[in-house]
Amino acid sequence: MNYDIIVVGGGHAGCEACLASARMGNNTLLITGNIKNIADMPCNPSIGGSAKGIVVREIDALGGQMGKNADKAQIQIKMLNYKKGPAIQALRAQADKITYPQEMWKTLSSTSNLTIQEGIVEDLIVENNKIMGIILENGEKIYSKAVVLTTGTYMKADILVGDKRRREGPHGEKPCNYLSENLEKLGFQIKRLKTGTPQRIDKNSIDFSKTKVEYGDSVYHTFSFDDKPTYKIEEQIPCHLIYTNEKTHQIIRDNLHKSSMYGGLDDIKGIGPRYCPSIEDKVVRFSDKERHQLFLEPESLYYDDIYIQGFSTSMPHDIQEQMVHSLEGLEHAKILKYAYAIEYDAIYPTQLKQTLETKLIENLYTAGQINGTSGYEEAACQGLIAGINASLKINGKEPLILKRDDAYIGVLIDDLVTKGIRDPYRLLTSRAEYRLLLRHDNADLRLREYGYQVGLITEEQHLRLLDKKQKIEELKAFLKENKITPTESTNSYLEQIGSSKIQDGMTLYQLLKRPEVTMEHIEHFYPIPYDESIKEQVSIFVKYEGYIVKAQKEAEKMKKLENKMIPTNIDYDKITNIASEARQKLKEVNPTSIGQALRISGVNPADISILMVYLKKEYANANRGI
Amino acid sequence: MEDTIAAIATAPGVGAISIIRVSGHESIEKVNSIFEGKDLMKVPSHTIHYGFIVDGTQKIDEVLVSIMKSPKTFTTEDIVEINCHGGIFTTKKILELLLQKGIRLAEPGEFTKRAFLNGRIDKLKAESVMDIISAKTDAMREMAMNQLTGKVSSFIHNLRQKIVEVLANIEVNIDYPEYEDIEEMTIEMLKPRMEEIETEIKHILHESENGKIIKEGINTAIIGRPNVGKSSLLNKLLEEDKAIVTEIEGTTRDTVEGEILLDGFLLNIIDTAGIRDTNDKVEQIGVEKSRKLIEKADLILYMINQNQPLNDEDIKIIESLENKNHILVVNKTDLQSVIDMSTYEKSHPVVYISALEEKGILELKEKIKELFHLKQIGEKDLTYLTNASNIATLKQALDKIQDVKRGIRENQPIDMIEIDLKKIWDLLGEIIGETYQDELIDQLFSQFCLGK
Repeated sequence: MNYDIIVVGGGHAGCEACLASARMGNNTLLITGNIKNIADMPCNPSIGGSAKGIVVREIDALGGQMGKNADKAQIQIKMLNYKKGPAIQALRAQADKITYPQEMWKTLSSTSNLTIQEGIVEDLIVENNKIMGIILENGEKIYSKAVVLTTGTYMKADILVGDKRRREGPHGEKPCNYLSENLEKLGFQIKRLKTGTPQRIDKNSIDFSKTKVEYGDSVYHTFSFDDKPTYKIEEQIPCHLIYTNEKTHQIIRDNLHKSSMYGGLDDIKGIGPRYCPSIEDKVVRFSDKERHQLFLEPESLYYDDIYIQGFSTSMPHDIQEQMVHSLEGLEHAKILKYAYAIEYDAIYPTQLKQTLETKLIENLYTAGQINGTSGYEEAACQGLIAGINASLKINGKEPLILKRDDAYIGVLIDDLVTKGIRDPYRLLTSRAEYRLLLRHDNADLRLREYGYQVGLITEEQHLRLLDKKQKIEELKAFLKENKITPTESTNSYLEQIGSSKIQDGMTLYQLLKRPEVTMEHIEHFYPIPYDESIKEQVSIFVKYEGYIVKAQKEAEKMKKLENKMIPTNIDYDKITNIASEARQKLKEVNPTSIGQALRISGVNPADISILMVYLKKEYANANRGI
Repeated sequence: MEDTIAAIATAPGVGAISIIRVSGHESIEKVNSIFEGKDLMKVPSHTIHYGFIVDGTQKIDEVLVSIMKSPKTFTTEDIVEINCHGGIFTTKKILELLLQKGIRLAEPGEFTKRAFLNGRIDKLKAESVMDIISAKTDAMREMAMNQLTGKVSSFIHNLRQKIVEVLANIEVNIDYPEYEDIEEMTIEMLKPRMEEIETEIKHILHESENGKIIKEGINTAIIGRPNVGKSSLLNKLLEEDKAIVTEIEGTTRDTVEGEILLDGFLLNIIDTAGIRDTNDKVEQIGVEKSRKLIEKADLILYMINQNQPLNDEDIKIIESLENKNHILVVNKTDLQSVIDMSTYEKSHPVVYISALEEKGILELKEKIKELFHLKQIGEKDLTYLTNASNIATLKQALDKIQDVKRGIRENQPIDMIEIDLKKIWDLLGEIIGETYQDELIDQLFSQFCLGK
């Protein structure tokens, strides 16, 4: 059988990749180990979070599926950092683990150009460094123009509990045993990573009266720019907050040697995520902390499992029992699933181009945990970009490369291919230099146009975008053209809302700049007949104009460096003065611009100056040649 | 492979010995070809050799030659240093001989540039080397040494550390908003920290102003009507200190023509030409010309004669001195006084001298020292930034602190305020080379003067 594009793996990366490919008109095959596990959420039952929530918006803006799917599956949603500035607000939702995959399956199965097949991929068909197709466990060969690998944690997956190691994927699924070895044979460098997941507890065995209740927001939210809220706030499911205590810590300290990661197993090579440490790690590394926060999160409306966020461990089962029972409210808790750690193979992401195509094999793309990231959102956005670029490539079009000031997705991919990874990569707001430009609220304004260009955004969606842009400008102009005058009633209203009186006439634009004045206050003087989303955009722009302009200037500076291109065939061995560590890193990453080279760790400013001097000289020589 | 370069490495005209530095793979071979005494090609690295520099059969100078082989040298290339007898003629002659042998004259700052590009030194150190080489006073040398050993670097590094701690706290609040155990960085907590950081930056800036005095000296203008004794005062000051007067073309700033060492500090007398121009028939000083000089100078010595009444122009100029460091120098105390200085003494420093009888010169010098707190500077730990572009960057950081404080006043969200705080961190990093900016390197090396 022949396809245009084959996507290997049906997780969050795979779903976005195959949908993008099929929607862009390619005859697409999704091949996955178990169809029942498509879009499964094997770890936390939530979508979004700081930075990640913005990524979900970006996926939606580009025409991906995650936001719309999460809107259908969420049972609690809230805006994080609501009281802080608009740049760092992000949505986080508890997603029902039954509904989420179900809804994704509905979408996939109703998408034309998309075939879904079960199977374990163990090898690739490669000719002249170009991908030709895949080989299944049973020897079956399937051919295609491009392949997107989204194997998640399944390559040589090992489940670790206490002193036991079992070769299997999450939920006891079959891992793929030979694919990573075969990738290695093709010249890929493989890295062993590790992650973990906490226990699931029977809801009915928890004394919730001893916990603190955490509700969702009392205003409506949606991830997608196209969805209207369909849920009811009063039906939102709460989470619960509890803490570890000295007793818990004592049990962990006493049994530390039994943890897989602390000596229970002596053959662990995988490096765990710094940003999501196991409870053992937390107790050991922050020994002065008396307690650690844990969240009890419901997994689904349809079964009783409660996920203990923050309690990931690789202790043996008996110790896990003791640990769980030491927690207040969980004295009699029934553990439905034990926590475990999982070790798996990933490839060094510096072996990828900014398009997520591998440098070694043409038309082979990788996305998600295989590239060393962690998190559903990180995986999904890579899947989307890999799917888009695989399609653009085989159709002879220019790739879509998002820059660091375009999107968090751009930050993530640039970090991966430029800096590589040490431990599973999680997106953080602090990784973005220009987060004020990369906001939750303006993801559509930033990215919809790209989505439209590649064909994932419909005419109708695009017209809505153009209309929104126009209305934003209209409203800005309106605020600049209209004034309030220092009448008695004006000033008494201003005083009433805690603002100072005016002496002269003042434009609404200037008035809105006052920190205490909101668009609602403006509406006291003039009717503002625009949607909330328009008012929000204008309000943010007017209030933070100074900061936004500053960020734009900084981004412009960076762009200049990004535009200083380095020829791909540059021979770093010819640059005599460069430090050897820098030389090795530059060869490994082969950056496309000075801007990218600058971000490589181990490459110092002095190396960059030498590189620039060299490029200038070479450039000058080339010019003389003409 | 880089070509071989040479230049005079010592300040021209100063000192008994001049050093010519040659760097590059041909340096030993080329020097050997004009050296008589032994075969330099066969001597071990890091050794010194006695002999003569010869032009054919003619001996040019008796010299000591240091041979330093790659890579343990300043530029990491082969280096030869020729210690010859000071004096511009001999030194230039030897340099010319080397150039005839096919060695290229080094561009300004090229040795340091090579050292930098070959990974020998960081940016701040590169600048400091230049400062050490051109140091003319002990204080200058000590200050440059401090930068070389990283005293300034570590001071700024610590300041950055303080800022990055605040940044990290804010970032962690953003990325982990649900973790209530982590202390929330609030505007109230930020305020005192900003005050502290502002104080420290102001401190370095203040010290750096002193640093500028140490490094560059005090630009001093002697102004006054013709025949008030400007040139006599200049000559007395010069004589008193057996001062360095360098008049070799191009060695000093265009306007500085005389240098006086004042207890280890330099007074650069600017526009001595104006002072010495005794043929000036025009009876006016020219308010416009004075204004220009006043602008350029750090210190103005305004001279008047006791036996002549002040005219309108004198009064106008004296009034314009108000915001500058200046001293009214009343000359010719040997003649009868026709002016009453008592009103001026209330608002201006006044010193009475007789250039003719050499009276009051000591008092004048004391007054200058007092004006610039030179005694205190001399006793201080010298940890200052001396490079003008670094000082400018630090001033930018100070501006950003005002932005942060405005954000705090306006009650902006802390993550907005953090944008400016991060910029301060970047700017400080720029000073010690921990971040990179494009145009920086080109500018850095174009600032260096020849052959150091």
